[in-house]
Amino acid sequence: MAQALLLRLRRGDAGRDKAARRDTRGIHKGTVMSFKDPFDPANTLAHSCSCGEHESQAAHDAAVVDSTDKRYERVVQSAIVRAMFPQDAQRRAFLASVGASTALAAIAQFFPLGMATEALAQAQGAPEKKDLKVGFIPITCATPIIMAHPMGFYAKQGLNVEVVKTAGWAVIRDKTLNKEYDAAHMLSPMPIAISMGLGSTAVPFAVPAIENINGQAITLSIKHKDKRDPKQWKGFKFAVPFDYSMHNYLLRYYLAEHGLDPDTDVQLRSVPPPEMVANLRADNIDGFLAPDNVCQRAIFDGVGFNHILSKEIWDGHPCCAFAASKAFIAEAPNSYGALLRAIIEATAYASKAENRKQIAEAIAPATYLNAPVTVLEQVLTGTYADGLGEIKKDPNRVTFDPFPWESFAVWMLTQMKRWGQIKGEVDYAGSGKQVFLATDATKLMKEAGFTPPPATSKTFVVMGKTFDPAQPEDYIKSFAIKRT
Amino acid sequence: MHASLTVRAALVSLLLLGLGLGAWHLAVARSGPAVKMDPEYAKLMGATATQGKSAMPGPGEVGAKIWQHLRDPFYDKGTNDKGIGIQLAYSIARVMTGYLLAVAVAVPVGFLIGMSPLMSQALDPFIQVMKPISPLAWMPLALYTIKDSSISAIFVIFICSVWPMLINTAFGVASVRKEWLNVAKTLEMNPVRTAFRVILPAAAPTILTGMRISIGIAWLVIVAAEMLVGGTGIGYFVWNEWNNLSITNVITAILFIGVVGMLLDQVMAYLQRLISYAD
Repeated sequence: MAQALLLRLRRGDAGRDKAARRDTRGIHKGTVMSFKDPFDPANTLAHSCSCGEHESQAAHDAAVVDSTDKRYERVVQSAIVRAMFPQDAQRRAFLASVGASTALAAIAQFFPLGMATEALAQAQGAPEKKDLKVGFIPITCATPIIMAHPMGFYAKQGLNVEVVKTAGWAVIRDKTLNKEYDAAHMLSPMPIAISMGLGSTAVPFAVPAIENINGQAITLSIKHKDKRDPKQWKGFKFAVPFDYSMHNYLLRYYLAEHGLDPDTDVQLRSVPPPEMVANLRADNIDGFLAPDNVCQRAIFDGVGFNHILSKEIWDGHPCCAFAASKAFIAEAPNSYGALLRAIIEATAYASKAENRKQIAEAIAPATYLNAPVTVLEQVLTGTYADGLGEIKKDPNRVTFDPFPWESFAVWMLTQMKRWGQIKGEVDYAGSGKQVFLATDATKLMKEAGFTPPPATSKTFVVMGKTFDPAQPEDYIKSFAIKRT
Repeated sequence: MHASLTVRAALVSLLLLGLGLGAWHLAVARSGPAVKMDPEYAKLMGATATQGKSAMPGPGEVGAKIWQHLRDPFYDKGTNDKGIGIQLAYSIARVMTGYLLAVAVAVPVGFLIGMSPLMSQALDPFIQVMKPISPLAWMPLALYTIKDSSISAIFVIFICSVWPMLINTAFGVASVRKEWLNVAKTLEMNPVRTAFRVILPAAAPTILTGMRISIGIAWLVIVAAEMLVGGTGIGYFVWNEWNNLSITNVITAILFIGVVGMLLDQVMAYLQRLISYAD
């Protein structure tokens, strides 16, 4: 620690920022993800570690050991040095005259750096309520919420969180509205729908963090293995988990792009994920766009095959969210903050490919996902059987990124409008901002020593078509198949 | 002759059980031809896909699973994974709470209806409309108004067990023999005393029949209710194992549910024998 501080004192701000980037594994390169993906083909491979900033994987590992504690140390150290020397020139002059080691010794003498670090990590304000209940649906999208329990991310924030498995999306919504749960795993469009009063009474809800991006797939019954062109799917029966789900919007989008009207040419049904495989086996449905591990489970049991991964529709799409009511955020801001820090750290941990096997084992037992480890590993590592006899590799099959981009919400609103779930005037930007708390996430990530993206909104591409969050109405108008 | 009838019935029962298990074993034992697969690929697939194994477990697997649950029925591995004994205890506790509440309401109200033709006619339309409603249809409404899922489950048990008891109590009270009531009148018994000393004992068998029907219904409903609200209980256990597509565990749970239901019914049957009388 002494060494690190000296180094930073000498290097000044630029060095500090660089160190910050290194410790969090080169987070935020480009705009796609706020956790850099080591398997991204765009990354330079000139360096041979997974973040690209060290000479070897060993050097990288040495630098990231205990990265959370290091991040807090750094936050405290930079705050102190900045407070003592608000001006850069002064700091350099001081360091030059007394020498960095003397400076460190002097500071350490009158300021307990270790204690300050601990205090920051433990309690940015003591949590008002320590015993919290968080609901989840047993699918791999909930990975950060679930794994934070066995892997101690909640405990580290001084929280005693009970993660409660819940039977379905409507139940998890009702239990969160009832305040039986303090926060919950929801499909990311659900908090928007709840805030607008669609399918429930209107209660202001928020998405402080996204859980996973990608990680869904279109799975078809094995008997349709020769019907790979969606144009042959007329009359098919598809299942999606919930009306207000990315699954519903992505499947509708995909079908419509191939000229099928999702309301008249095929049948879409809301089916709880566990029933999907049973229904596929029983021939009640022809396929589904569902969350994993359900898709891989259908393949594992030999009843379905992977048509496409959802990332082939929109690479980097959000799926599930960590959601809380605005009332909870207002009543227990410190508990909420601690909970969110735990989620963000768990998400950061889950975003690293090399941790995925360990996570698969941690979340497989009956008390969490209750699923075969082989299936979870295939989902999380992205090396999977496709159901047609081939092994496919795609490390980005599912990944984890907490940043709740406001433009994600705007896109969901455009699809709600497109398919007639909402009618009339929509305040896209306003509603998006109210529910997807990107500004809060930026602040929190900074406090925790992560590097948040510089903006709160971004454009992205869905099936080759760019979405501009500033022009939502034009976007809806550009579609041939719509209900408006 | 009587003893031999029991013995013969037991033999037939065993024979049927054996036949059933045998048929079950044969039906699931046929494993299709092993599919030719790349061993690397096969490692990623389940046994139903690689060995053409039936998705249904055989009686042997279920037996092993039952033994496994019986050996350690009370383990507690966190919020969402508890032993089958604990789950059954949760379900029974819920059923008893809802059921006893229903007794506390249904018996007095049934008495009132049975003793007063006016109340009987006045309340009849309500009872007739409420009685046929599936208890689970109350669930969303209960969740919405009570705002607590475990109380909602108890409410659902309450509402489903109240009607048979209410109707049977009313019927039993109304059909107490007029002669007995007249005797009570002649002896100038006050109404309260008449109710407890004459009507209650006379109507008790009918009331208990209602209670026996109710406990059966309550036990049927709790499984469905717990599958809906989740958390704890045998219904949640079934749902959780279904989620994992573990048919072995689902069948195991079904057998346990059947056994507990039978025991509850036997307890009521015993009580019924205690208070029955010959005219």
